[in-house]
Amino acid sequence: MFFAVQAKMILSHGDSFFNYAMTAEAILKVEHLTKTYATAAGPLTVLHEVSFAIAAGATCAVVGPSGSGKTTLLGLCAGLDRPSGGRVQLAGREIGGLDEDGRARVRNESVGFVFQNFQLVPTLTALENVLVPLELRGESGKGSEATALLERVGLGARLDHYPVKLSGGEQQRVALARAFINRPRILFCDEPTGNLDGDTAQAMTDLIFGLNRERGTTFVLVTHDLDLARRTQRIIRLRSGAVISDERTTA
Amino acid sequence: MAFILKMAWRDTRASRRRLLLYSLSIVLGVAALVGISSLGHNLRQAFDIQARGLLGADLAVTARQTFSEQALAKLRPLGVAFAQGVTISTMASFGEGSRRLVQLNAVEGSFPFYGEVETAPAGMLARLADGNNALIEETALTQSGLAVGGKIKLGATTFTVIGALKKYPGQSPMASMFSPRVQVAMAALKTTGLLQKGALAQHSVYLKLADGTDAKALETRLRAERRGERMNFTTAEERKEQLGDALKNIFSFISLVGFLALFLGAVGVASAMHVFIRQRIATVAVLRCLGASARTSFSIYLVQGFGLGVVGSGLGVLLGLGLQFLLPILLQDFVPYRLEFTVSWPAIAKGLGAGVGVSTLFTLLPLLEVRRVSPLLVLRSGFDETADGLDPWRWAVYAAIGGAMFGFATLQTGYWQAGLAFSGAMIVSFGVLGGAAKGIIWLARRTRTGWMAYPWRQGVANVHRPNNRTLLLMMSLGLGTFLLLTLGLTRASLLARISGMGAGERPNLIFFDVQADQVDQLAAIARRAGVPLLKTSPIITMRLNSLKGRTAEELSVDPKNGPPSWALRREYRSTYRAAMDDAEKVTEGKWVSTVPIGAARVPVSIEASLAKDLQLKVGDELEFNVQGVPVKAVIGSIRQVDWQRMQTNFFFVFPPGPLDGAPATFAAAARARGPEETARLQRAVAKELPNVSAIDLGFVLRLLDGIFTKIAWAISFLASFTVITGVVVLVSAVLMGRHQRVREAVLLRTLGAQRGQLRQIMLAEYTVLGLLAAATGGGLAVIANSLLAKFLFKVSAIPPWPLLAATVAAVTLLTIITGLLANRGVSGYPPLEVLRQET
Repeated sequence: MFFAVQAKMILSHGDSFFNYAMTAEAILKVEHLTKTYATAAGPLTVLHEVSFAIAAGATCAVVGPSGSGKTTLLGLCAGLDRPSGGRVQLAGREIGGLDEDGRARVRNESVGFVFQNFQLVPTLTALENVLVPLELRGESGKGSEATALLERVGLGARLDHYPVKLSGGEQQRVALARAFINRPRILFCDEPTGNLDGDTAQAMTDLIFGLNRERGTTFVLVTHDLDLARRTQRIIRLRSGAVISDERTTA
Repeated sequence: MAFILKMAWRDTRASRRRLLLYSLSIVLGVAALVGISSLGHNLRQAFDIQARGLLGADLAVTARQTFSEQALAKLRPLGVAFAQGVTISTMASFGEGSRRLVQLNAVEGSFPFYGEVETAPAGMLARLADGNNALIEETALTQSGLAVGGKIKLGATTFTVIGALKKYPGQSPMASMFSPRVQVAMAALKTTGLLQKGALAQHSVYLKLADGTDAKALETRLRAERRGERMNFTTAEERKEQLGDALKNIFSFISLVGFLALFLGAVGVASAMHVFIRQRIATVAVLRCLGASARTSFSIYLVQGFGLGVVGSGLGVLLGLGLQFLLPILLQDFVPYRLEFTVSWPAIAKGLGAGVGVSTLFTLLPLLEVRRVSPLLVLRSGFDETADGLDPWRWAVYAAIGGAMFGFATLQTGYWQAGLAFSGAMIVSFGVLGGAAKGIIWLARRTRTGWMAYPWRQGVANVHRPNNRTLLLMMSLGLGTFLLLTLGLTRASLLARISGMGAGERPNLIFFDVQADQVDQLAAIARRAGVPLLKTSPIITMRLNSLKGRTAEELSVDPKNGPPSWALRREYRSTYRAAMDDAEKVTEGKWVSTVPIGAARVPVSIEASLAKDLQLKVGDELEFNVQGVPVKAVIGSIRQVDWQRMQTNFFFVFPPGPLDGAPATFAAAARARGPEETARLQRAVAKELPNVSAIDLGFVLRLLDGIFTKIAWAISFLASFTVITGVVVLVSAVLMGRHQRVREAVLLRTLGAQRGQLRQIMLAEYTVLGLLAAATGGGLAVIANSLLAKFLFKVSAIPPWPLLAATVAAVTLLTIITGLLANRGVSGYPPLEVLRQET
């Protein structure tokens, strides 16, 4: 409860000492973030004046019901989309001012992703999928690193398998390995266990948190699974495009 | 870069066979280009090597009159070898049977100096002088039905045929279809009596020059020296250029047909790529999300598009080299001799360049989408990216495609006008077919199909549903039909026009070389044969001395701005008469039917197109040389002549009077009812007036039909490439949509559809598409044909219904068969598949 109050203070008093201390090493900072879509029925605001900051190395979950703007927020934070208003600072860069290719570079250098529906490239093997972010940077000969990561997620024997030959859980583990290959400073996960059954989801979650701890990566999780959210240090709740609470958990 | 290449290659993993199939669309177009230009290249090479063999000599001098002893004495010492020849256009009687116009040729001396003479049996040229022996051009000998040892009568002399002439320097296969060459010995030719009677003769002197002699300089010097003697000079180099130009024209226009096939194929590749890219959007979004720039992801697929072009073009080159063996067989009647086969690297480079260039340009269109794929698609599939207005790059690509069409056609033909016409016609055709496709989609959506049986309803709905292939099929099938049918219709129109020539009461038999004292005799013979003469015209040969005060020689020195030198130097065969013909119409000035005796200038009527060439207007003065006598004249009228009438037409018509005293031969026209009358009259004339030649329209018609058929064959063969390309595009279009088809079929089967019903749906869809595409292509062909007929050939287009109906039916059937074959097995998937996730 104390943390909740603190958080509210932080959110409402952007110049407080605590906030300053946090943003000094904040890896993600959003201010007055607004996203409006033009629809046939007029403009639709899906995010309204959202502000928060996440410290480097922290873990945080964004939760909320369907249509609350979670995915939109993730897209904006990760630089996949452009805000209608407000600012996003990611890994020390003001990404609102960057063009798509500039944001792509930031993603490639500093961000890792895990998606609900895995999003592996179907024509690439597990190993090749993991190597894509490095190859996009022009780095080659990192096969051993990728192999090590795949071994770490338990797929050391499936390096040359194509996604169709892998089960959902295996595909998601490949995606996880891919997310860590470029040593990201921040990892975004969108319902990483949404398409997995209970046991597999549990194993997956352990793996994500484990890797995260080992590598000290900042972790932002978007989910509607509260049990999963409680494993992070902080939970931001969204409803109708606005932050309704921001609390520290005991995790 | 390495990543782009690697990714481009890996990304094709699941679909390499499919992509290979897509690339096949351009194979035929490239093959046609390579085959044609490689053959053209070989021809030019052969020309360069065998240039002198085309003429048989280094320098040929020709004249209408016999060479004077003085002229011969001048010419003879110029060369290291010398030969003299004569060619007479005359009638030949083959055995007891047919008569036809031939080129009777005899040469004294060791001619030809270069090139070979081929006879069958071999070596017969040497035996020519053994007696009254003749060699006849191979095709003519076959047509006449004579065998070796048969008799042929020329003038007063009967010759024994000792063999067929297969190859002779300077022999043009096209010209000899009309009047084939008959080779005899000079001594024997003199016994025919044909030289004496003022027949159309051409005398020649052939020179072999010492090595290192500049033939061109010698020609220029001789031309200046022998001015006024009416001699024509031709060097081997000039002959090569003339033939080369003619061939270049043929080849460049034929290669446009190949280019068209390439374009059609490129449209196919592009649309296949479009579907392929659609399936790759998710992958692109992932790559973008992982940090690939728009340029990187675009490059990956550009490399693939380029690769498709390279593979397709490479296969096309191989096929084209094979095709090169086939083309000479099709084109042998247009090519003066047999060819050596060599691989032409420039032709290969050109085919590869055009293939890769055009297909890459076209694939750019779907590829532009890749740049706009948002990484946000990884979070929300189906997220609809609203394009911010029109992509300027898209217009740039359109412009580049138009530019490529224009550039290629201009390069091929050498005329920017032709390039413009070609690209314009293509854009209009694509536009009309595209518009028709849109119209059909619109119509299919609006059509009330409630009364139809279910499979037909579904089939019609498939024409307009999302991801339909209507536009693509309309383009590929429509364009192919359009081309093929235009060729067929044009040929039919031209032939109908020619057969119409001798229809009604128009003449169908023409006699010429009738001497003044033979006119009455000919009329009497004709009356006796029951075929009275319709009209006789005097023919006086003359040349131009001067135009508007400047001499013809002067004007021909500067051919750039002035009239073309052929028009200045040629021999004009003019006539005089008081009345206009019904095939003539005065467009400017006034027809003059009488001229006062002693008038300073004779008012003459000139044919409109010649007036344009000679740049003459009514009132302009000119001077003729009528066989040595200068005749001053003035343009009294300009008239249009319907040249397609089977009758004697003239460039210049004089009023009666001033030319009365000039030596004239006469032409006479008659109308025979049926071949028997023709033969009877011909026999009678041949017997009594052996120097008189005759042209039988029926025979000319058969010859022309033969030539048209051959030309049409060669072009149709290439045009069929566009149709086959259309079928390849159709197959790949069907296979592209197969995934979707399978899913639909499985769904319908789950809901209880019979396999027969599924087949009926497809049948309905392809019937509608094939019929509409063929009908639109057919409609375009009818329009193109009537435009061509009206403006280019000046004939009336014939109602093309039977040909049109047959073609439309054939294309529709082809579409249905192809569609059903390519969809084979779709209806065979078990309904259980609906449960399986497609990946």
